[in-house]
Amino acid sequence: MQWLDARLPLPRLMYDSFVAYPVPRNLNYAYTFGGILALFLGVQILTGIVLAMHYAANSAIAFDSVEKIMRDVNWGWMLRYMHANGASFFFIAVYVHIFRGLYYGSYKAPREILWILGVIIFLLMMATAFMGYVLPWGQMSFWGATVITGFFTAFPLIGDSIQQLLLGGFAVDNATLNRFFSLHYLLPFMIAGVVILHVWALHVAGQTNPTGVEVKSSKDTVPFTPHATIKDGFAMVVFLILFAYMIFYLPNYLGHADNYIEANPLKTPSHIVPEWYFLPFYAMLRAITFNIGPIDSKLGGVLVMFGSIIVLFFVPWLDTSRIRSTAFRPMYKIFFWILVADCIFLGWLGSKPAEGIYPALALAGTIYYFGHFLIVLPVLGLVETPRRLPGSITEAVLAKNGGGGAPVGAAAAPDTKG
Amino acid sequence: MKTLLSAFLAAGLMAMPLGIASAQENQGSGASVEANSDAATEDAGEIAAEEGHSESPHYPLKKPEELSWSFAGPFGHWDIAQLQRGLKVYKEVCSACHGMRLVAFRNLEDLGYNEAQVKAFAAEYTIQDGPNADGEMFDRPGIASDYFPSPFPNPEAAAAANNGAAPPDFSLLAKARAVERGFPTFLFDLFSQYQEAGPDYIHALLTGYDQEPPAEIADLIQDGTYYNPYFISGPALAMPTPIADDQVEYPDGAPQTVDQYSRDVSAFMMWAAEPHLAERKATGFVVMIFLVVFAGLLFVVKRRVWAGTPH
Ligand code: HEC
Ligand code: HEM
Repeated sequence: MQWLDARLPLPRLMYDSFVAYPVPRNLNYAYTFGGILALFLGVQILTGIVLAMHYAANSAIAFDSVEKIMRDVNWGWMLRYMHANGASFFFIAVYVHIFRGLYYGSYKAPREILWILGVIIFLLMMATAFMGYVLPWGQMSFWGATVITGFFTAFPLIGDSIQQLLLGGFAVDNATLNRFFSLHYLLPFMIAGVVILHVWALHVAGQTNPTGVEVKSSKDTVPFTPHATIKDGFAMVVFLILFAYMIFYLPNYLGHADNYIEANPLKTPSHIVPEWYFLPFYAMLRAITFNIGPIDSKLGGVLVMFGSIIVLFFVPWLDTSRIRSTAFRPMYKIFFWILVADCIFLGWLGSKPAEGIYPALALAGTIYYFGHFLIVLPVLGLVETPRRLPGSITEAVLAKNGGGGAPVGAAAAPDTKG
Repeated sequence: MKTLLSAFLAAGLMAMPLGIASAQENQGSGASVEANSDAATEDAGEIAAEEGHSESPHYPLKKPEELSWSFAGPFGHWDIAQLQRGLKVYKEVCSACHGMRLVAFRNLEDLGYNEAQVKAFAAEYTIQDGPNADGEMFDRPGIASDYFPSPFPNPEAAAAANNGAAPPDFSLLAKARAVERGFPTFLFDLFSQYQEAGPDYIHALLTGYDQEPPAEIADLIQDGTYYNPYFISGPALAMPTPIADDQVEYPDGAPQTVDQYSRDVSAFMMWAAEPHLAERKATGFVVMIFLVVFAGLLFVVKRRVWAGTPH
């Protein structure tokens, strides 16, 4: 070890990052989702590589090759269900992680780059999952790909060329499947690269904590191992219990029945819906049903959908509040939970057909979503009177409990201590 | 640190003796499968109507009834006798129109048949093979590794023979149909582990014929289709009533009714679509126990690690 350390300080890097690294002592279970995300990236890559050994990226046999995995490959059904449900759980974790960041002001100085890297990972994840969903070559795979790539034609001048580049032709077919498989294999490793940068940036700036007060002395922190390791480990296993429950008992609950019908370019399904984790964005896309000046409704929808993610990049500068943690911002706390409700509401609308009252509701939800970031965040920071901040993390902790046992909070509730 | 390590070790050791769960219960009788001629019934009650128009009602018109299936729930397993009856119904009735191209004869061993029975079953089918050394295609009796042949040479021929709608392949049909559950039922399904929408739908469809369509629906029904309020994508489908009471003989004394036939063939189709279902649930039980115990141990260790640190 010492021999290696003197030549390439990899052991020291590991030791400094995952053993001695100081973490705030008051982190709650909302802070365990970073580790869970890393675990799930690993799960997706491992199951994906084994699936790729049996999968055939050819539109004539792709569907059957997935069925061969399900029926004839040893434990193939488990691999495939792990991979398909793993993508969903990856997104559950990333959504909790993002909302945790929004709640505790993790995006504020000096962590802007950390936050931006996170949004890039999120974008890459969406691209990866979208292309992965095309691979089994079912009806939803095919028609989902047709609809989503169709958006790109909304852009003036370059739109058609972008779409043809993505598809490798004029419509979704074998060429599309091949390039999607290639990219679906590539992107997770790009994600892994960005994750390394993300963790690096994290270890430069240090973690936030539920009080939002920066670490002031070594009394405020505990060493990563054993404290954070065991807590993260426990949270991971609890999350895995939920994951296993879905894989073994409800493996098709999150999927769509139509994807068990082989792709058929001549037969459009009655409802084309994306995977659940895209539903809020799908709702925003369809919320724009009218032209705005030179922008027709289609382009408007696409801009709004991309804008909903782009806006996240600017959150560090949109929030004007000096207070980091929402725990000390009584008014913002209310708006935060309204935003969460709004996103769930949009998700529900995304699963509904675009008829009747639904587009109008989706428009209202979309306006609120942007209103939160573009109006509430800047204005509230200026007008709100925050609660008094504790002098230090240790002071807050000691005020809360004079030592002793730890109450256990629900894993997903950001304001319970664990 | 020491406690931590020993806890990990203990958890690892606990998992070992549990091993891998046995796949499924073998409660089937080895009744051999009889060969009978195809007996597809043609339904006479044809409802003629004008071309549909105006606003379309929501399909299916009626939601399927939820039945209790042996393979539902956390300890779900196959009822082997039922699968054998379902196979008989498929073979004698449905296979006249529906193929099952992803299921091989060898898979029938899961239904409690031994190798010799499977071989005999396969040999009743004629499979086109080739080309041989002379470049000719030839017919030969089926062998265990062959797949169920499709009754029509291609989907176009299948559609042409059935009023323009090709009968779908059975291999995945039980997973490819699910009537929307709606809010809040879909949330309850998370806890009741409801995954039987497919077989419930098929049963409802098969028992849902021969009803009188309401007047506003009757106008929408096209020539050559048959009214069925349970059909998921319209008021009527191109399949005539496929089966009648007493059409298939059951050697095990189960009632020879349309309802029973429908239950049996639906269960069989679920098996065809998800042959590893019982194994999956049995494995899941072991995994869940392991994870819950592991989480418990980690929690105890976590408490000890953090004991002296208020947080
Ligand atoms: C005379 C030929 C014929 C026979 C025999 C037959 N079917 Fe069908 N079946 C069809 C046709 C044609 C369709 C397509 C109907 C449509 O899409 O309009 C179909 C469709 C179906 C569907 C799918 C309905 C949907 O939601 O799309 C199921 C399930 C089904 N059949 C079950 C059975 C079962 C079970 C049997 C045996 C008891 C059977 N069929 C026997 C011709 C047949
Ligand atoms: C960021 C991580 C990843 C995500 C979010 C992801 C997501 C998905 C999704 C949603 C599907 C469709 C599942 C289905 O409905 O069947 C899929 C399929 C697939 N993925 Fe991935 N994936 C990831 C990483 C990988 C990696 C690293 C590989 C390795 C090559 C891989 C190989 C495959 C293959 C072969 C399929 C087709 C088989 C199938 O459909 O089950 N994936 N992926």
